[in-house]
Amino acid sequence: MSETLLEFKNVNVHYGAIHALKGVSFQAKKGEILTLIGANGAGKSTTLRAMSGMLKPSSGEVLFKGKRIDGTRADHLVAMGIGHAPEGRGIFANMTVEENLTLGAYLRKDKQEIQKDLEHVYELFPRVKERLWQVAGTLSGGEQQMVAIGRALMSRPEILLLDEPSLGLAPQIIEKIFEIIVKVNKEGMTIVLVEQNALLALEIAHHAVVLETGSAHTQGKASELLASDTIRKAYLGE
Amino acid sequence: MTEFIQHLVNGLGLGSMYALIALGYTMVFGILQLINFAHSDVYMLGAFFGYYVSKFFNLSLHPGYGSLSAALLCSMVGCAIVGFFIERFAYRPLRKSPRINVLITAVGVSLFLEFGGQLLFGADPKYFAPLLEPGEPIFIGGVQLNRIQLIVLGVSLALMLGLQFIIFKTKIGRAMRAVSFSHTNAALMGIPVDFVISFTFMLGSALAGAAGILVALTYPKIDPLMGMMFGLKAFVAAVVGGIGNVTGAVIGALIMGVAESMVIGYLASTYRDALAFAILIIILLFRPAGILGKNVKEKV
Repeated sequence: MSETLLEFKNVNVHYGAIHALKGVSFQAKKGEILTLIGANGAGKSTTLRAMSGMLKPSSGEVLFKGKRIDGTRADHLVAMGIGHAPEGRGIFANMTVEENLTLGAYLRKDKQEIQKDLEHVYELFPRVKERLWQVAGTLSGGEQQMVAIGRALMSRPEILLLDEPSLGLAPQIIEKIFEIIVKVNKEGMTIVLVEQNALLALEIAHHAVVLETGSAHTQGKASELLASDTIRKAYLGE
Repeated sequence: MTEFIQHLVNGLGLGSMYALIALGYTMVFGILQLINFAHSDVYMLGAFFGYYVSKFFNLSLHPGYGSLSAALLCSMVGCAIVGFFIERFAYRPLRKSPRINVLITAVGVSLFLEFGGQLLFGADPKYFAPLLEPGEPIFIGGVQLNRIQLIVLGVSLALMLGLQFIIFKTKIGRAMRAVSFSHTNAALMGIPVDFVISFTFMLGSALAGAAGILVALTYPKIDPLMGMMFGLKAFVAAVVGGIGNVTGAVIGALIMGVAESMVIGYLASTYRDALAFAILIIILLFRPAGILGKNVKEKV
């Protein structure tokens, strides 16, 4: 658990005159869950966008396996091994669940292995298997989130980026989804989890970065942050 | 009754040619929310590609299925290439601009092709010598059909089924549907969005090229402005069917073709063009999104 897989080095992002990320640095180690927490507008989604090729930082470096990836096209990043479950789930609502899942494996040609991974997704999310031939837009929010995560796994990524998987879901469903995130991580997947629900995220993460108005305010072991008074006051509502 | 069926059959032939063009409009709209006004001129170029290929290889001296297929293929490939270049150089640089800029560019490309065509081919209509002899008419229960009508129907049907297959059964088709739903999310799946857009333009343009040949086979007088009215009606057909919807485009086009043929048969052929717009107005009044207009359910 020591090798660095993804690294931000002093990354700045500007939206026109707005300085959205101000020199953010952190590392995601192989095999861990790293969570990015913070309030609305703190820069969580911007950080994730800079990771996924959706925007180019104005300065600084984003490294994946030691290679610079800032400014690389999103589809190339998928080919390099970065999987996404985007914000708002990003389900293709007009297609069936099966089509959504196989789209996740768009860049792969190893049919047998794709089938294996599909079976694996069904194992993780039995509900998804039941809904396979349903149009994805008719699923419940929780089921859509399951499809989004399953679909991201279908690209067989080395790192999985999850953008607010708890958004708009009932507590029991959130719990189920977080259980699966832990399970996927235990199978060896490195995960970057962006969450508003700081308590839940800190409970399952190994390391955490607390973002505040575009800066990495605090970072460290999730268990330590969970115990720290300042964090509890500011983010866990105590 | 026989007369009615005769008009119906003629209308289906006309409608299937509209459909081939309407499909290109609707696919590009689905993927870019752009009304590609230049599409009707790609159809015109299709007819001219066929004309010059046929002239160069003297295809009309040996009319038959071989000559027709050769012209059809050349024209489809030629139009696909034109479609690729239009998207690559006219629309792609404006991908992030406001939609109105792209729309105006589309009108510009259309005018460029029309008047560039007049400059290059000459403004006078040309006679596209038939690549297939009409042959003896066939009578089925009093309804008369000739070989050209059968070919038009058969080729259009085959192309439309081929398109359905590509869109719904292949990997690239799935990617097209994903991109039409959301460019960003498609890119996050690893789909090369620009390539898929190019492919869509090429596919639509190839169908327009085929339409150019089939129309020229039916009405052999071709000129650089032939796309204006015919293309406009195909566009109306796409809107009537629900723009962005592939099946809708075919349904809209068949309705337009049949209605036009009925008007020619029972009223007067001078009303044929007015009819297209009358249908458009009626549909827009009662179903603004078109017959199969988008009605995607999305839970958030």
